[in-house]
Amino acid sequence: MSMDRRTFLKIAGISTVLGVGGISAGAGLSKNVVEASSITRNSEALIGKRWGMVVDLSKFDDETMKRVVEACHREHNVPSVDYEKHEIKWLWPEKFEHAFPEQEDEYLAEDIKHSYVPLLCNHCDNPPCVRVCPTQATFKREDGIVMMDMHRCIGCRFCMAACPFGARSFNYKDPRKLDPKLEKNPEFPTRMRGVVEKCTLCYERLAKGLEPTCVKESNGALIFGDLDDPNSEVRKILDEHYSIRRKPELGTKPSVYYIFG
Amino acid sequence: MYDGWKIILGVIIFIGLMAFPIYYGFGKATPPPDPKVDTPEIMKLPESERKCIEPKDFMKTAHMKMLDDWRDWVVRDGMTVFIASDGKQYTMSLQNTCMNCHSNKKEFCDECHNYTAVSPYCWDCHIEPKENEL
Repeated sequence: MSMDRRTFLKIAGISTVLGVGGISAGAGLSKNVVEASSITRNSEALIGKRWGMVVDLSKFDDETMKRVVEACHREHNVPSVDYEKHEIKWLWPEKFEHAFPEQEDEYLAEDIKHSYVPLLCNHCDNPPCVRVCPTQATFKREDGIVMMDMHRCIGCRFCMAACPFGARSFNYKDPRKLDPKLEKNPEFPTRMRGVVEKCTLCYERLAKGLEPTCVKESNGALIFGDLDDPNSEVRKILDEHYSIRRKPELGTKPSVYYIFG
Repeated sequence: MYDGWKIILGVIIFIGLMAFPIYYGFGKATPPPDPKVDTPEIMKLPESERKCIEPKDFMKTAHMKMLDDWRDWVVRDGMTVFIASDGKQYTMSLQNTCMNCHSNKKEFCDECHNYTAVSPYCWDCHIEPKENEL
């Protein structure tokens, strides 16, 4: 078969046009979003620029600690695991000297040194976990919450290596099998084997206009608010008190502040 | 052909084994799926309200794409309310909105999913309605 250059170009041109037309026609067919539907926020949702928290250590006793941790873990179906290496932590107590290892004050009062402070994800303004996540399963929302999208997590655990606060836990085992009494809150999902989880600052409650569970249960020992808003309660408290954060020297800009009353 | 009968016998046995699913299921029609929508929650609604958030045909063909959109909107964009094409508002949640009416996962979801041999992993995390476990 012989074909001159001119005929070849004609056929090639026409088939390209037809091919491109075919692809766009196919795209039109696969579009199945109902045209008239749309999405919006809940009108009561709390909206902020940088959600943060102030922990008033003077109001934190063992009883308060137990209450807030239990409330958080019940609300989010966090399994209680006996084996320490498989433990899942959203909000947990830690000794002051371990939570703030850089405060190397030799003669720090013993009752402060050995007191327990509540730790949680710091929802950093410059989160290293987000930077290393290969699938953007963890990401920073517009309101400052460092969020987990469990649908996308592939369980690579880069974020756990990147987080300097140990705020992330990996599900080595199926949490439903580890803790048969897990499904305490039927409105919130559990997690599956092979994903990383952490505190999400109760994004599901903020969307309904409610403050985080731990704040609600704390009787004023935890204060929640927008760090970006100079008139917010958290900013007013920070204006009046000396506060510390965990490992600020690393530059991750944590959004959880600790005050001593 | 050397040892021809061995080869032919082997071929016959091989075809017989491979074709087993065909003659095992021959003449038996699998009944088409029949998802049940008669849960107590749905029956409680007045007759005129007994419909899904979007038309039935759309939900049949596109619920999976819709749920996929929903999870991105809720988890990633913080949008939690879906305004359906008839203007009604619904909270976007598989576990709390869909399953609230369709409280019969085994007779509703699984009915078609088993027929078409798809196994969505929704329930690895999302909690299915309790009625099914009784």
